[in-house]
Amino acid sequence: MTGRSVAVFVALLALVAVPYAITEIYYVNIASQILLYAVFALGLSVLVGYAGLVSLGHAGIFGVASYAVAYLLAAGQGHAVAIVVGLAIALVVTAGFAALSLRSTGISFIMITLALGEIAWGLAYRWISVTNGDNGINVATRPAPFGLALSSARGFYGATLVVFLLAVAGVAIFVRSPFGAALCGTRDQARRMTALGYHVWMIRFWAFMFSGLLTSVAGILFLYYNQFISPQAVALAASAEGLLMVISGGAGTLLGPIVGAALVVIIKNVASAYVERWNFLLGAIFVAIVVFMPEGLVPGAVRLVRTAWRAVGRPKIAAPAPVAEPKP
Amino acid sequence: MTALAVSALSKSFGGLNVTANVNLAVEPGERRLIIGPNGAGKTTLFNLITGEITPDSGSVVLFGRDITRLASRNRAHLGMARTYQIITLFARDTILRNVTLALLGLSPLRWNPLIALDRQEHLVAAGRAALERVGLGHIADRPLAETSYGEKRRVEIAMALAQNPKVLLLDEPFAGLSIDERSDVRKLLVAIPRDVTIVMIEHDMDTALDLADRITLMHFGEVIVEGTRAEVVADPRTREVYLGE
Repeated sequence: MTGRSVAVFVALLALVAVPYAITEIYYVNIASQILLYAVFALGLSVLVGYAGLVSLGHAGIFGVASYAVAYLLAAGQGHAVAIVVGLAIALVVTAGFAALSLRSTGISFIMITLALGEIAWGLAYRWISVTNGDNGINVATRPAPFGLALSSARGFYGATLVVFLLAVAGVAIFVRSPFGAALCGTRDQARRMTALGYHVWMIRFWAFMFSGLLTSVAGILFLYYNQFISPQAVALAASAEGLLMVISGGAGTLLGPIVGAALVVIIKNVASAYVERWNFLLGAIFVAIVVFMPEGLVPGAVRLVRTAWRAVGRPKIAAPAPVAEPKP
Repeated sequence: MTALAVSALSKSFGGLNVTANVNLAVEPGERRLIIGPNGAGKTTLFNLITGEITPDSGSVVLFGRDITRLASRNRAHLGMARTYQIITLFARDTILRNVTLALLGLSPLRWNPLIALDRQEHLVAAGRAALERVGLGHIADRPLAETSYGEKRRVEIAMALAQNPKVLLLDEPFAGLSIDERSDVRKLLVAIPRDVTIVMIEHDMDTALDLADRITLMHFGEVIVEGTRAEVVADPRTREVYLGE
């Protein structure tokens, strides 16, 4: 455990040091993007990885949270009211998504979430009186919680980091809890779980709500990061991108979605500055991941390290040498 | 009071009557063996009793309580546990976690998303005790994927026993086992105390016959013969249907 604690401590230090170590604002912003998408990917991973339910509609939830907060701000509400009410609206919509899609699992579940996500996109695009259609909604200011202004890139990074760490801690606790174990059980043997006395539907429903909460929080961060929201953020492509983050990093792991989010954001923003056809690059990398590490980057890397460890021929911990019998 | 009473239970899939007017009365502490050729409707009867499928008509009564319309999960809370003919376990987890999930299923803790499951000492200890009972205590921490088929069969039984059931439904507990493994599982079943009522489906007559107090013979969804071991074995209809003479 100590090795693990050291690793966590070093990672924390590195994350806190980012805005001080990186002088270019552009890269601080990229780091904020990675963290906010990591929250999104963690939320999606609760369903995809631990519940075994693949959702293609999460950008819908993400977008509802963004739009709700943007609409309330545009209507003259303060940040605190907008965020709380926006979250509540997004959670109600999540409950609706869950109630409709959890009637089935597998392919049907994917198709229902896809359809629900498309409805959200359609509303964002066409319900012009609320969403301002294709023009989107601008948000003039970022909030200043406890008097700390988030208007600067470094300030915003700090706030995003706090939210990100809370999300990671939340998922880590959730996964190790009895409820988390039950959720994994419904993924692997739903029939057995019912026979053992579990309410499989209700377990999936609450997991969906937790997933929706993290997704909504990410959506609100996204709104404040861009200070703008448009239907593009709600499109199917955004849902698919979230899914790519989860699957490329490793669904059902804590670190996987974070690594996946970093990978996608970096390729999208950084590589696109050098490679014109960056979409091609992104696609090629995913093909390589699927071919060489179908379980995702994080579990795949763990497997490679273990294999290498064995190949080096590190001797197994030897059995203790027999203690000589005390002579009479 | 009868432990498990099934009355006039019927279920058909399309035109096929998989369960036709089945009556069954199992007394507390009884060991009931259900036999019958493949397709006789034995497992379907289990699925009806546990509520995995809903009957078209008839009733299932557990210790005087009508549970015909009760959700499957709630039957577990009333003291009904089952094992599966086809191994139905959590392949990614350790043996101990499999049994812990069985214990957790009846505990209000199962809804708790904030505490660490591994630190719930009473659950972990109870899980280890349940594994000791079936002789798997020494490999409790082994991943299920690294265990033999015979060990998995015993995990199935350990999970059911861990729930302290009043009525235990065993669906072919000897299926696919070697002779040695059969004798191990047999000892295990003999050791189950009489406050547990057992209904068992089994093909292996040599191993199962002398475990049973009473035997029910099914064929094409119907109960053909029911009686004590000697009565059923001696009945000419048993020979006709089951022993193929």
